[in-house]
Amino acid sequence: MSTKRKIRIVVAKPGLDSHDRGAKVIARAFRDAGMEVIYTGLWQTPEQIVETALQEDVDVVALSILSGAHMTLFPKITKLMKQKGLNDILVLGGGVIPDEDIPALKKIGIAEVFGPDTPTNTIIKFIKENTQKTK
Amino acid sequence: MNQIKQLVNGVLKGNRRSIAKTITLIENNPHEAQKAVSKLYPHTGKAHIIGITGPTGSGKSTLIEKLVKELRKKRKRVGIIAVDPSSPFTGGAFLGDRIRMQKLSTDKEVFIRSMATRNSPGGLARATRDAVKVLDASGKDVVIVETVGAGQSEVDIIKVAHTVVVVLAPGLGDDIQAIKAGMMEIGDIFVVNKADRENADEAVIDIETMLNMGSEKEKWRPPVIKTTATKDEGTAMLLNRINQHMKYLKKEVFDIQRRQKAETELIEAIKQKTTDSIIDELRRKGELEKLVQEILAKKTDPYSAADALLKERLKRFRTNG
Amino acid sequence: MVTKSLEAEKQVFDEHKLSEIQKKQKHWKEKTVPEWISRHPERKNSFHTSSSTHIKRLYTPEDIKNIDYTRDLGFPGEPPFTRGLHATMYRGRLWTMRQFSGYGTAQQTNKRFKYLLKEGETGLSIAFDYPTILGLDSDHPLSVGEVGKCGVAVSSLQDIETLFNGIPLDKVTTSMTINGPATMLLAMYIAIGDMQGVPREQLGGTTQNDNLKEFHAQKLCIFPPEPSVKLVTDIVEYCAKHLPKWNPISISGYHIREAGSNAVQELAFTLADGITYVESALERGLKVDQFAPRLSFFFAAHNNFLEEIAKFRAARRLWAKIMKERFKATKPRSLWMRMHIQTSGCTLTATQPINNVIRVAFQSLAAVLGGTQSLHTNSFDEALALPSEEAVRVALRTQQIIAHETGVTDTIDPLAGSYCLETLTNKMEEHAMEYIDKIDSMGGVISGIEKGFFQKEIADSAYKYQKEIENKERTLIGVNEYAVEKDWVPIKLLRIKQQAEKEQVDGLQKLKKKRNNKKANDVLNKLHKAAEHDENLMPTIIEAVKAYATIGEICDVLRNVYGQYKEQIII
Ligand SMILES: Nc1nc2c(ncn2[C@@H]2O[C@H](COP(=O)(O)OP(=O)(O)OP(=O)(O)O)[C@@H](O)[C@H]2O)c(=O)[nH]1
Ligand SMILES: [Mg+2]
Repeated sequence: MSTKRKIRIVVAKPGLDSHDRGAKVIARAFRDAGMEVIYTGLWQTPEQIVETALQEDVDVVALSILSGAHMTLFPKITKLMKQKGLNDILVLGGGVIPDEDIPALKKIGIAEVFGPDTPTNTIIKFIKENTQKTK
Repeated sequence: MNQIKQLVNGVLKGNRRSIAKTITLIENNPHEAQKAVSKLYPHTGKAHIIGITGPTGSGKSTLIEKLVKELRKKRKRVGIIAVDPSSPFTGGAFLGDRIRMQKLSTDKEVFIRSMATRNSPGGLARATRDAVKVLDASGKDVVIVETVGAGQSEVDIIKVAHTVVVVLAPGLGDDIQAIKAGMMEIGDIFVVNKADRENADEAVIDIETMLNMGSEKEKWRPPVIKTTATKDEGTAMLLNRINQHMKYLKKEVFDIQRRQKAETELIEAIKQKTTDSIIDELRRKGELEKLVQEILAKKTDPYSAADALLKERLKRFRTNG
Repeated sequence: MVTKSLEAEKQVFDEHKLSEIQKKQKHWKEKTVPEWISRHPERKNSFHTSSSTHIKRLYTPEDIKNIDYTRDLGFPGEPPFTRGLHATMYRGRLWTMRQFSGYGTAQQTNKRFKYLLKEGETGLSIAFDYPTILGLDSDHPLSVGEVGKCGVAVSSLQDIETLFNGIPLDKVTTSMTINGPATMLLAMYIAIGDMQGVPREQLGGTTQNDNLKEFHAQKLCIFPPEPSVKLVTDIVEYCAKHLPKWNPISISGYHIREAGSNAVQELAFTLADGITYVESALERGLKVDQFAPRLSFFFAAHNNFLEEIAKFRAARRLWAKIMKERFKATKPRSLWMRMHIQTSGCTLTATQPINNVIRVAFQSLAAVLGGTQSLHTNSFDEALALPSEEAVRVALRTQQIIAHETGVTDTIDPLAGSYCLETLTNKMEEHAMEYIDKIDSMGGVISGIEKGFFQKEIADSAYKYQKEIENKERTLIGVNEYAVEKDWVPIKLLRIKQQAEKEQVDGLQKLKKKRNNKKANDVLNKLHKAAEHDENLMPTIIEAVKAYATIGEICDVLRNVYGQYKEQIII
């Protein structure tokens, strides 16, 4: 019933690529949709991302990567999250991620993968629908 | 209740997830959180609370990162609360301070939490105070609060601190004027950051002049320090001054300040509780709506209505209490 | 700008004829058009380019009546080069079709280079992986998962030896897309040349070496802005003195555009960066005509066809003016803006990817009609994965079809004189100049970077673009209109094996054991001193790479002296 509850979200860029256009557009769209957005900046290690999610007690971790290293880095992140007991956080992936990788990513705990053309509204809707369940 | 107990135990053990969850509770559900904060209260009072304020972009967060590095060399455990404004239109917020401190985020003895103002100045001041208590109770030696210095609400927040550092940067000519009004009285230490830029010395002189115009009664004359946060220059000196201020407080005014803080907090709590309970009751009984309708019909005005109401209530308060 | 001064003095059109046109136009506007519109409304209330420049319903001689042909357009191969850099343009030599490539280990890339050379290519182009670009060795903890992913991994001279094994440097030219560590890669190239006995005067190629745009857009920065410009200038100076055939820098708008800017911002910010480099080289005591002829540029070709052509033409004219008027260059070659163009990666869609072939075709046609010297066409599968061999071939064929089948290459600057295009060219120049003035008045590019000006401008444009697509104010075929259930992807996407990383890391660690470590350390210490004393670092870096000091080690020394880049985040 409390109307004060806000969706808190980390937008993080793991990996070394610096294509932050998408991450920034998304961060802005989240903010404009009324969320509290923590953007980590570039070149984040899995440890940094997971610690940020933990300390900021976020509802969502949105990962953007375009370097092709997602199959190395995403599993590291979800594994660390599990180790730290962050089981109620929705993890999303975005960037250049081939379709054929998606099933494997879902298996390790990425809730959804959004390709480069996804409208920001679609992602926002997904988040709103899927965070209500968890907390 | 059980959940509260778990949280409190976790916080007292310094468990980071419990700290995070308790702060979330404070933000989302102050009423419920009060139970936890009350339990934590006896364990607070150990941390040195430092407020860092100043205009947007003056380098507060960058400076905090460097300060914390310095503190970590001395093995101090540090908590940071960084406040950023929520958009008045969408309610969303971009919490950007943390980016400057990301290097600290994997240090187990440092806890960083970003908070949005959520368009409720009173609520925020209270939430910040409570979040500071959580970090204090969790065993942090130092708790730093960062806010953008603009207006009364930030001043209220920063009052939680023992030591207030006002961070300015050269080339903010107009801002300095605006700041004069609000910030000169609250600063215990003034920093001119971005000393690598032109006109840093002029800014120092500006501030010194303003300080000289102030009253001479206080025993603590706020020092003015130049720093270049990006190059980690002047931060050791700043920490030194912060510690000196703490020593001064302990010697001269600590007990007075503590008493004052306790009193302020109590008064605010009473204010909030009384107004909340009166308004709740009026709402429940439908009286509020009745009065609103009367105001709309111009039968009365808000002030007269409030007067009449309070006369009634407070009489009862006296007889009952 | 162009249109304001010298009115009526040197008009292209006869005055009587103009007034007759005006009269007729009035009639058309007040009678013909309203009558038609009342029955057939226009699609939109107003029309704009990507940079929000208003597009009129119709352009007539009236719009370009103030153009002074000889002053504003001139002749190809002559200032202000609006119509092209060379006297005969593509009737003589076509542009260079340079496809950027490289991935995996140096050995894999070397094989690919040899294949390309056998096929008749003479221009090699190297893409480096992210660790290399960021000055990190392949065995750095942050490099995990990234080695050889988006380019070839280079940590030491050993890798460059492998990369150019059996390739004579006097027979090829090499373009290296590298910025932060450009000094090190150029030093390695020079070292290979020395080993092969090729005189330094004969080494030909390009280092991108444009660090400023990294701060605005690409963010692959290692050091803060000022030392970054210092390193750029070290190369400019070194090349002016020792490598006369090397293009020390490719001043790039491409990444600014990809990060979300519009066309005007792309042009203006690139030229402002160019101005900064010229000023920095002048401060070193170089003469403008000594280095200006070797400056080159790199732009994006986007979807808005006419605006893009106008951008390339305006770019040449504006740079010529800047060099002549602001920097008093005297050699015609100093006024040249040689450009490389790449089609736009960010306009490619992941849905219905085959449509990207068509986008690339239009974009490259704009580049050719804009008079480029060199062109890279993107592959249609780039929004999905690294380009596959098949898609790269289609991209190259697109250029070849434009070159040999369309006929647009048979005459020079065929769209010149178009009322619309000349107006757009003027507007482009005017709006870019407004930005340049604004940047000058805020104290130049570095001060703009510190204020977050560029990032803010770019982020705002990127957000606007995205919102336009989502609100359907901008149509993106296959994305917000004409979507289909199932996309047709006619190729197999490229996957890179993880194997490359292990080989590379092993090789590097072996090297660190077997090299003369004392020698390497000594040179690194020497480099530290040179950096503190603000010397030109090229000679010492050449020494360091020859002692097999790694890129990571050299960058660490410089990070110690210069500090490290801290991302300024503006959303
Ligand atoms: N030249 C220079 N730049 C600095 C210095 N300190 C900080 N900056 C830069 O100033 C900008 C703002 O720094 P922040 O630390 O985010 O400032 P802030 O006061 O926390 O900003 P807000 O939280 O937005 O009010 C960043 O780009 C910093 O890199 C300094 O000493 N010199
Ligand atoms: Mg801050």
